[in-house]
Amino acid sequence: MPRTLAVLQPEQGVRLITLQRPEALNALNTELLAELASELDLAEQDINNRVVVITGSRKAFAAGADIKEMAERDLVGILNDPRLAHWQRITRFSKPLIAAINGFCLGGGCELAMHADILIAGEDARFGQPEINLGIMPGAGGTQRLLRAVGKSLAMQMVLGGEPIDARHALRAGLVSEVTQPELTVERAMAIARLIAQKAPLAVRLAKEAVLKAEDTDLASGLRFERHAFTLLAGTRDRDEGIRAFQEKRRPDFTGQ
Amino acid sequence: MTFDHILFAIEAGVATLSLNRPEQLNSFNAKMHGEVREALKQVRQNPEVRVLLLTGEGRGFCAGQDLADRNVAPGSAAPDLGASIEQFYNPLIRTLRDLPMPVICAVNGVAAGAGANIPLACDLVLAARSASFIQAFCKIGLIPDSGGTWTLPRLVGMARAKALALLGERLSAEQAEQWGLIYRVVDDAELRDEALKLARHLATQPTYGLALIKRSLNASLNNGFDEQLELERDLQRLAGRSEDYREGVSAFMAKRTPAFKGR
Repeated sequence: MPRTLAVLQPEQGVRLITLQRPEALNALNTELLAELASELDLAEQDINNRVVVITGSRKAFAAGADIKEMAERDLVGILNDPRLAHWQRITRFSKPLIAAINGFCLGGGCELAMHADILIAGEDARFGQPEINLGIMPGAGGTQRLLRAVGKSLAMQMVLGGEPIDARHALRAGLVSEVTQPELTVERAMAIARLIAQKAPLAVRLAKEAVLKAEDTDLASGLRFERHAFTLLAGTRDRDEGIRAFQEKRRPDFTGQ
Repeated sequence: MTFDHILFAIEAGVATLSLNRPEQLNSFNAKMHGEVREALKQVRQNPEVRVLLLTGEGRGFCAGQDLADRNVAPGSAAPDLGASIEQFYNPLIRTLRDLPMPVICAVNGVAAGAGANIPLACDLVLAARSASFIQAFCKIGLIPDSGGTWTLPRLVGMARAKALALLGERLSAEQAEQWGLIYRVVDDAELRDEALKLARHLATQPTYGLALIKRSLNASLNNGFDEQLELERDLQRLAGRSEDYREGVSAFMAKRTPAFKGR
């Protein structure tokens, strides 16, 4: 049983992972990161799981990395850091990942949130990369994913200035797709998860991969990838079912085949 | 924790916070700010508290910032008043607006400067007949702060807001009531009792629902129509899940008096 996470399956096809280190505002220590990576691996292998929602508490999604832990690592320690492998496992997760964010979403917490495919924020969420204030810098994608999400000027301001932005600002900048009442953040994320869980899993998987491809490839290669993925789906039973259901004006019954 | 510059008590769901530097007309210095902040933290964290009553001791309600606390000696560098606002006044105003319960302000006397705008961040403002509101900032080269520039035009309209802010004239409590700046004027001798009566009533009401009402009305000042309708939908969804709603409906059906728990 994970000690720093709570894992629920509130409904068919959806897993809800809640970060639980209340004593440290869900700071991402190595243990939590390892447990999260393992949980995502389990969700990856579970044929019945289609979407994962990840959230923290009302007060904090995750308020950064564990500073105490970080202080103990010297140069060699950083070079041999096991955390990198955990981050890579989180990055590899191939099913839709939705982050429901309330409160502080800072440093490693913000980087974790940006690993999600869809970010939903409560009104009082705060996003920031305050690493610079400690004489360090983001080390888990903060300098890369933030730029892609909000553009250069704001990314630079956040990374170099270390000051957080509020949920509304994050919405305007494109870091999150929706802002909702804090009490309803998880509910809203679950509703989106439910919607996605009803779609054809193979199509969802390839579509996610294609969108992510756009982040790190040139347009021509991206378009080629998209075409290949599109073509692959032509061989699936779910595609035939989807088109037939549309013609027959009924709900499709997708099996993931 | 004992306080030097405020009186603070919690009784039967009512938290009473009274500014207590009567010799200085309850003007704010750093220590008083710290004490008010601590008291409001207790209000927020104590699940027993269902209403906050804010008032002042002596003949004034609050004369705003204690200027003796701000040294602007000739030849000294210009002070950063922005820092003081960032550190003290803005958090105070935000806290009053965001507290998930009704906040009553009983203005017992003169309310000047920030002291005139702090009541406007509260939900229900009662004022003694002898009380007055003075946007004194313009007299010393400053602008209305503590939310004044935002609140005034919304409460009394732009024309009156500008007159108040640019002239800094004394606005009587009765005039303030007529203009819609405050809820109600009461006789001096009855202010405390009236305010307490109101507080005690509110302490028996569905606090969570009241907090949502406050939240939705505050939000309406910034929201467009569609946004506000969506907010109403979301907050009603939350309200409908409360124990008090269940109790309210079943009491109504059974024709009995509801017993609200504030949840």
